Amino acid sequence: MTLQFNDETFRGDYSYFNTEHAIKRLPFPFDRDEYVYSVNIEAHPGGPKGSPFEFRFDVDEHYVSEMKDRAITLDDDPLRCQSLPHMELAGWDLLEIIMVSKAEDYTDLFTLHRDGNRWHWINRPLGIEQRFTFLDPTTLPCGPMEYITRQTQGDFALLHERDGNLWMDAGMVTSQADWSLDFDIGMNFFEWHAPVPKAKQMGVFDKALKFLLAMQQGQSYRRLNWTMTVNPRLDTSPENYHKWGPEKRTITPENVGRKQHLRIELQSFWRLPRSNAIAFPIRCYLACLEDICTQPKWGRRLHRVLRDIDPTLAEYKGFAVNQDMIVNYLSQFDDGAPTSPGIFPDA
Amino acid sequence: MSKQMMLEVTEVEPLTPLVTRFRFEHPEKAPLPIFSGGAHVVVEMPDGEMLRRNAYSLISDPNDASGYEIAVRREETGRGGSRYMHSEVTPGTRMRISVPTNLFALDPRARKHVLIAGGIGITPFLSHLRQLDLLQQPFELHYAARSRDEAAGLKLLPKSARIHVQISDEGNRMDLGEILTDQPIGTHVYVCGPEGLISAVLDAAARHGWPKGALHSEAFASPPPGKPFTVTLAKSGRTIEVSASQSLLEALEAAKVEIDWSCRGGACGRCETKVAACDGQIEHNDHWLSRDERAEQKKIMPCMSRFTGAALVLDL
Amino acid sequence: MPNTSFSPSIESRPTYAGLVPQGSAPSIMIADAEGAEAIMDLAERDAAVLDQAHLIYIPKGAKFGSKLAELGAKGYHEEASLDAAMALINRLLGSAHMGTQLYLAGSEGMMGRVSALALSLGLPLDAIQMEHRGSIGRPMQCVHCKGVTQDVTTDPFTCSHCGLTLFVRDHFSRRLGVFQAVCVDAETPGVVPEIQEITA
Repeated sequence: MTLQFNDETFRGDYSYFNTEHAIKRLPFPFDRDEYVYSVNIEAHPGGPKGSPFEFRFDVDEHYVSEMKDRAITLDDDPLRCQSLPHMELAGWDLLEIIMVSKAEDYTDLFTLHRDGNRWHWINRPLGIEQRFTFLDPTTLPCGPMEYITRQTQGDFALLHERDGNLWMDAGMVTSQADWSLDFDIGMNFFEWHAPVPKAKQMGVFDKALKFLLAMQQGQSYRRLNWTMTVNPRLDTSPENYHKWGPEKRTITPENVGRKQHLRIELQSFWRLPRSNAIAFPIRCYLACLEDICTQPKWGRRLHRVLRDIDPTLAEYKGFAVNQDMIVNYLSQFDDGAPTSPGIFPDA
Repeated sequence: MSKQMMLEVTEVEPLTPLVTRFRFEHPEKAPLPIFSGGAHVVVEMPDGEMLRRNAYSLISDPNDASGYEIAVRREETGRGGSRYMHSEVTPGTRMRISVPTNLFALDPRARKHVLIAGGIGITPFLSHLRQLDLLQQPFELHYAARSRDEAAGLKLLPKSARIHVQISDEGNRMDLGEILTDQPIGTHVYVCGPEGLISAVLDAAARHGWPKGALHSEAFASPPPGKPFTVTLAKSGRTIEVSASQSLLEALEAAKVEIDWSCRGGACGRCETKVAACDGQIEHNDHWLSRDERAEQKKIMPCMSRFTGAALVLDL
Repeated sequence: MPNTSFSPSIESRPTYAGLVPQGSAPSIMIADAEGAEAIMDLAERDAAVLDQAHLIYIPKGAKFGSKLAELGAKGYHEEASLDAAMALINRLLGSAHMGTQLYLAGSEGMMGRVSALALSLGLPLDAIQMEHRGSIGRPMQCVHCKGVTQDVTTDPFTCSHCGLTLFVRDHFSRRLGVFQAVCVDAETPGVVPEIQEITA
């Protein structure tokens, strides 16, 4: 099946929408009726056919519009994409892994011809054709990380390993859950996670770091994370908080189902060969409460999760001010019936 | 435990009377994963009853997917891994090789790299030199060996004004004080070789006021042989005998005890195991546990460390 | 007043272990305001630290200049402001060798900015000694306009560049040498909490 790409916006009139197909394949982030911190890592790729876990880098109906939104954000603030000088090699590693994966997994959309270091890349959805020399940045219109992540959904961080830690030394970040690449670039694993409440005491980051450092070439993993966003906005950056912040207070009992979105992050981790760095793509999926509740299991479960969540986390994930309205809305979809284990909707 | 590939030995070349170079390629000539400078692979050796796994630095070009090369020094007093490589392995031998792992990468932020190698410790720097060439970063390499018989690097190193060789049998010695003086801010030092060289470099660097953050070392460690000993596993109650020429990790593996590992040289921390009870003395030969952790005797690194005494019970 | 002791905070908030003499090794010492007292304490413990030291002092109105000048550093440089001192600091750090000791004492603004420069030149963090003395005013970077407001002592405060009202976070970037400040009334423009003095 050839993908149809939505013509939609993530700002202004917010014409973003999910087709029924897109809703059913959402990576719903809750595998039980409560939310607790966990490292919850599993091998990636791997999952049911058609799911966002099937391929290494999922391409979906939002691809073209998301890339347009990224370009707008970068025009407005080029600091959203930065790479410290020593990270160029990791950028080439990332470019290689994405081009090779996409060309193999989506043969109708992407093609890569390689003759030694002479590469020829064709991206049909975005109408791009590029001949360049691998490892020679002067043959691309911008650095290798920026080049490929302008053509790949999701945010990207490149983590450099040294001194037994991982340092976020490069990134493309235009659809973040309220953190600033420009501020956090150059930080180590513990520093850039410092603002996350409670997790440190629980030892979550020590375990996660240990796991990531032990990752070997050829291994890749994923985990799901989530937050809540009002309106289908990708650019919820701290830089623009004073611009999108007021929208958070526009939720009413009448509009909450359409306006309040669950923001799902499909995070994956890849050990890169040449640089020994770790690539950390953070792919974002947005779905309004109405979309979620078309799947009875998800409606019941989301109600229970958001009703019973630790208040500190509701605050951190930015929906505490709207929590009552959200839970009230969701309660109509929760008949108290038990839910099946796992994240997938009931058939 | 790492992913593995079955590769074929295609070249065996004595570099000196003591050191031999081996080249591995995919039997169907499929490309191998490229790697980063300083990476090593773990080579599996089915030595009779015993399955040995030794880690060796890759000495070939990290960007060359056509094959992997290692250099092995024959250790007469070792547990037998290097003797196996020298006596049993010939072109055509197929061996299981892990994917490359890097525990000794260069810090690419450095404004200059000072590489110091002793003896067979030259091996990780051979792939580093290729990467430095690719990245066009300033460096100098100081290579010390006892004799030309040991100095396998002589055949493998390019001619360069930035490479300095000292053969101690010929009366040349490395002047660490001079090497560590007047290096520009942002210089990093890397040392690989025998314990004595590593501690000499680290001590000299401390005396010259170098910050620890600019110093990197890789001990060229393989598990030392020793006296046989017995361990007990707390969960199953089994007892396992560790022979003189076996590491504790190898003995556990031979007994089919699942245990995670990577470097097999006491550096990566993966095989760290809790000690449930210890009546005796653990011989800590690793570089992972801190001084306090060693003294407590509550943890052991089975890849390197041994035990003497009445009883050692592992939390396995 | 000894090294300021800050209350425990998040992992990215820097802590300052205090200066420890490293003998007569070549060194660069930079102090502002009350940071001078940390340098005097250091010299009292081991006068040899000054043998090969360049000592740069930014008084910010404090009166320690003549005492510092008399300590006997190889070079003593009194500067009108940190901005004015940066060319000299750049020159000294840029031509330093490994083994040169860096001692910083005084405000978080000065220590943050100089250590960021030293890190960018490749000096590892463990080579930088710091001791906090004097005002607990912080260097705050507005996440919105990226302008840095120095010596911020209240929360919230007004960004000296774009005028937004910002709250003070403990999140700190070593690369930039500043704390992060974020609009306090982003969701409810005009609703601003009462201004409070920040504490250590």
